[in-house]
Amino acid sequence: MSKSTQTPDTEDHTARLVAVGRNADLEAFEGLFRHFGPKIRAYMMKRSADRHLAEELMQETMMTVWNKADQFDPARGAASSWIFTIARNARVDAYRKSGRPAFDPSDPAFVPDGIMAADTMMEMDQEAGRLREAMGSLPPEQVELLKLSFYEEASHSMIAERLNLPIGTVKSRIRLAFSKLRDALGERS
Amino acid sequence: MTIHHHISDELMLEYASGSLEEGWSIAVATHMALCPECRRRLSQMEAAAGLLVEAIEAAPASAQDNASWAALRQRLGKPSSRGNVEPRPAVLPEGRNVPEPLRSYLGGSLDTVKWRALGLGAYHHPIRTSDAATTVRLLRIPAGKPVPEHGHRGRELTLVLCGAFRDENGLFGVGDFEETDAEVEHQPIAEPGEDCICLAVTDAPLKFRSRIVRIIQPLLGI
Repeated sequence: MSKSTQTPDTEDHTARLVAVGRNADLEAFEGLFRHFGPKIRAYMMKRSADRHLAEELMQETMMTVWNKADQFDPARGAASSWIFTIARNARVDAYRKSGRPAFDPSDPAFVPDGIMAADTMMEMDQEAGRLREAMGSLPPEQVELLKLSFYEEASHSMIAERLNLPIGTVKSRIRLAFSKLRDALGERS
Repeated sequence: MTIHHHISDELMLEYASGSLEEGWSIAVATHMALCPECRRRLSQMEAAAGLLVEAIEAAPASAQDNASWAALRQRLGKPSSRGNVEPRPAVLPEGRNVPEPLRSYLGGSLDTVKWRALGLGAYHHPIRTSDAATTVRLLRIPAGKPVPEHGHRGRELTLVLCGAFRDENGLFGVGDFEETDAEVEHQPIAEPGEDCICLAVTDAPLKFRSRIVRIIQPLLGI
């Protein structure tokens, strides 16, 4: 059986995550674990080849998913995006004493988003699909930069060194990639 | 507050991927607390990252996955966060405030900062972090006065917290974010009216070009 021929069912995972958040649905959580667990383990391995650490960080990520699923808001994005941020934070915490300074939406000095218009809310549903399509149409050299950034936490200077490119080229490819993704999402860039 | 100067894609990507060190991240995350537009761009980047993680070809389902699931299954209790959201201070400290994450680093409002004179009427307040690669501090520039002209040996991030300044790149008011690098020599001047307070993050000591400041620089520890 080839896994790669299956179309990933984004909505399905998002629905599962909502069920975990609402009802502590164990079956839905196992579905998420079977789908994302091996991918998160592989993501952890891209930073360090230590299998035990990768397994530990994957388990920690999935524990956090279980514990915080009620904070997931499907109107703000897909399950894969939310789970990525948890995996990323677990990885950063494992390697950096200071962790990753972040804003806090419950902080009284935080400036909240404006009220979202109803049509914007509807677009959220389609956003994952549109983004997936746009990612598929990015030139390979732009996808390579995104993979080096997200998989390996490479900074621009590390990427420039690895690919033997001037740093200005790395920056302009990053800007091109995100301007295309934003165009696909129907936003000015 | 209307924000006109935002975080570049390339800097935001480093923050989104987790590679940006603590010092820079304080400036980036504090700007985002003030800027819904940049948060929207961040969440789009995180959505792209989510798709890339989903695209990872993991090994086919194996005995390891079953063992791994059994181990995790054992540890699952009642979801712990439910119904007991962490208590938060409902009120901010007295005075002019900044958002998190900067507020925790400062330990109070802008009105309780212990300023140290920099000369030429300017003041600074170093902020302790565990990131040795960056210098993080607040700068306070008197209204209408210039910051001593300086070039940079590396990147500098500036976030305006109070008042405004103007330089070759335009006018920067509260919430505005400026990124400069080694090639830029700029001459920021605080706007008239009120003192300008900024968060400034650099990766090397500033090399002030004014001779007097350069002579006293080692004494000031900047």
